[in-house]
Amino acid sequence: MSAGVGVDLENLWIRFGDFVAVRDANVNINGGDFFSFLGPSGCGKTTILRAVSGFLDPSEGRVLIGGNDMQGIGPNKRPTALIFQNLALFPLMKVWENITFSMEIKGASAAQRRKRADELLDMIALPGQGDKLPSELSGGQRQRVAIARALCAEPDVLLLDEPLSALDLKLRQHMRTELREIQQRVGITFIYITHDQGEALTMSDNIAVMRAGVIDQIADGKTIYNDPNTAFAASFVGENNVFRGKVKQVMGNEAMIATNRSGDLVARISTANQGKMKEGDDAMMFIRPEAFAIAPDGATGDHFVTARVNHEEFEGNVFNIFTEGEGGKEIKVSIPNHGQSFQDHTGQNITLEYETHNAVLVPAGELAAE
Amino acid sequence: MNNSFLRVSIWVYLVIFFLYLLGPLVIMSVTAFNSSAFPRMTPWECLTFQWFGELFQDQRILNGIKNSLIIGAGTVVLSVAMGLAGALMLTQIWPKLRATYYTIIIAPILIPGVVLGISTLVFWDRINRMLGLGADSVLSNGIFLTVIGQSTFIASYCMLVLVARLQRYDIALTEAALDLGASHAQAFRKILLPFMRPAIASAAVLAFLASFENYNTTTFTFGGYPTLTIELAQKVRYGITPSISALAFIIVALTVFFALLNEAKLKRQELVAAARKQATVEELAGKIKLPSFFAGNMAAVLLVVFAVATITVVGTATAYDPGQCIANVKEQKQLEAEQRIQELRKQREEQRLRREEERKQRFEGVFEPGDLQPGSTEEEAEPDTGTNNSGFGNVFAPNALGGDSDEGEAEPETPPAGNGGFGGAFDPNSLQSDD
Repeated sequence: MSAGVGVDLENLWIRFGDFVAVRDANVNINGGDFFSFLGPSGCGKTTILRAVSGFLDPSEGRVLIGGNDMQGIGPNKRPTALIFQNLALFPLMKVWENITFSMEIKGASAAQRRKRADELLDMIALPGQGDKLPSELSGGQRQRVAIARALCAEPDVLLLDEPLSALDLKLRQHMRTELREIQQRVGITFIYITHDQGEALTMSDNIAVMRAGVIDQIADGKTIYNDPNTAFAASFVGENNVFRGKVKQVMGNEAMIATNRSGDLVARISTANQGKMKEGDDAMMFIRPEAFAIAPDGATGDHFVTARVNHEEFEGNVFNIFTEGEGGKEIKVSIPNHGQSFQDHTGQNITLEYETHNAVLVPAGELAAE
Repeated sequence: MNNSFLRVSIWVYLVIFFLYLLGPLVIMSVTAFNSSAFPRMTPWECLTFQWFGELFQDQRILNGIKNSLIIGAGTVVLSVAMGLAGALMLTQIWPKLRATYYTIIIAPILIPGVVLGISTLVFWDRINRMLGLGADSVLSNGIFLTVIGQSTFIASYCMLVLVARLQRYDIALTEAALDLGASHAQAFRKILLPFMRPAIASAAVLAFLASFENYNTTTFTFGGYPTLTIELAQKVRYGITPSISALAFIIVALTVFFALLNEAKLKRQELVAAARKQATVEELAGKIKLPSFFAGNMAAVLLVVFAVATITVVGTATAYDPGQCIANVKEQKQLEAEQRIQELRKQREEQRLRREEERKQRFEGVFEPGDLQPGSTEEEAEPDTGTNNSGFGNVFAPNALGGDSDEGEAEPETPPAGNGGFGGAFDPNSLQSDD
């Protein structure tokens, strides 16, 4: 795979009046990466994308594409192509004219454009559809035309602003795979904006988790899922059960926290926070639903939690047990379905067990809204 | 029962409504074909096309049409350009200022055209003088002033039309074009302008019509270039002829023609879009089978009927000669007039005889009967004043003065109206007969 052109954000600040949309962002995106900005709506991820594409000037800091400072260079002069959230296909142009708009600007002949359009239509699996109008295509087809139009400009960096959000679930899942395939085929850098952690995890080489203008963590999907830096990252990416407490004792990479209701629990300190947490600090422990197992009744210790079962549901691949933890907080437990028989625990107290390395400890902080 | 009554009354209402709307136009159109010298539908005299011929020989009207077309074209260009700029500005301006800006730019619509006309005249005259230019400079030229004056408010109309379309424009389309390498000018020309094209066409038509029919602003600014409306207004002041009806008929016919043309075109586009939707990919690539022009297109059929009718009428007009009919009507009229004169004369004769009879009975021997005889030759020479003559003539006749209460109501002091009053008394004939 070709090296591609990287993108760097250096101490990037973007303000709108008094409102800080992006706060001191530092990101290095490697050439040829599929990089996602993941965060809830309004966290500033689209603002970053517009700063990269040139529609917005940073208030402070720099945007570098391939090592070149982009300050003062307009969107039409940058080696980027943006796929808009609503796609922004030109409604009065036929599909092939849409796709080759960038060539028309450069003065290519109609025959050249036609030829290139046919190649790209083959690539996006819409052969022969060039003479339709965008309004005559389905949502997924329009999506692919937008990608082809952006690729036709031969950008070094392709920017995608939640392009799948308007599609239905089935199509969205299909397009994820397709986007990833296209990215690997063309080998250019993709910067992808999404609030859907599933999209981010399945497609990305690296993910930046954003919260209210701040980038909490930049890492690959596995790391973000298993080793979050902050309470926000832990609660936003995937489902997680949270236990609040105070650090009682630090033991190397592990620590024991004292919770109000579940007693003392031991967890692994997340990598970024190792050596930074002290006794007496407020902390949050996160355990994934699938990291729990049902322990024999009466078992106690620093990796056991007792809880009363509120209700249970069968989801197919997993069996979910919703319990009321001791803080009144709901704990979700997912037991994988191997075809074993499930016993109904509703109304009973059960003991849950986890392995210490599956519980992650981070400093107490803001949680993602449900 | 109740329902059918409602339906009937709706139909009646519709008929009345359309009569109210279209009746005057129909009547005016019909008068254009009547040979009567005054535009009227009844009595119908002869079918004639002479008023059209007269219209096209009227240099003032033709000149007015020419000026109207030139001014209309100028106003379209200026108003649409200003309207588009104003509409674009509205989308760009700081949101807090938007309402104020909108009010300011809409204000000229609310200002009376007369005020706009006067202020245009005064303003540009001032500028003209400030620049030290003469009365024949461009700034005091009638066409220039009228275009400027009309555009002050027509541009606002255009802006309203354009804003409506612009509100549906997705600014992301411009951004997408920029992102794909287009300059701002290219994005405007290739993306925004094509999107605005239908609204620009509507605005242009609106601007042209508004300019063409404008009177109250133009009346102050036209200078040496009177438009059609100005010429018509001046003509009407000296009485109207059916050639004005002919002009109205032509305008109505053109309007109907273009309305049908537009309707047919729209319907056609609709049908093509529907055909595209059903077409397969292969058909789209090359030879898409389109429905024939008239299929399901009522407006197109009407358009053709209308065109054929027009050609027929024009053809008839060139071949048709109403001379015979007009001569007949003239003869008829003359006969009628003569007949009327005869009747009047007979009436008067009878009256005279009757009065004479009465006088003879009452004042026998007082006056010479020869005195009383009004000159019959004079009556023949002035048949129009004949009634008058008989009405007052005998009253103020010297013999009547001495006469009875019957005709004495008319005071002798009041000056007699018309020469008829004295006509009988000082008629040379009566003097002669005195001898």
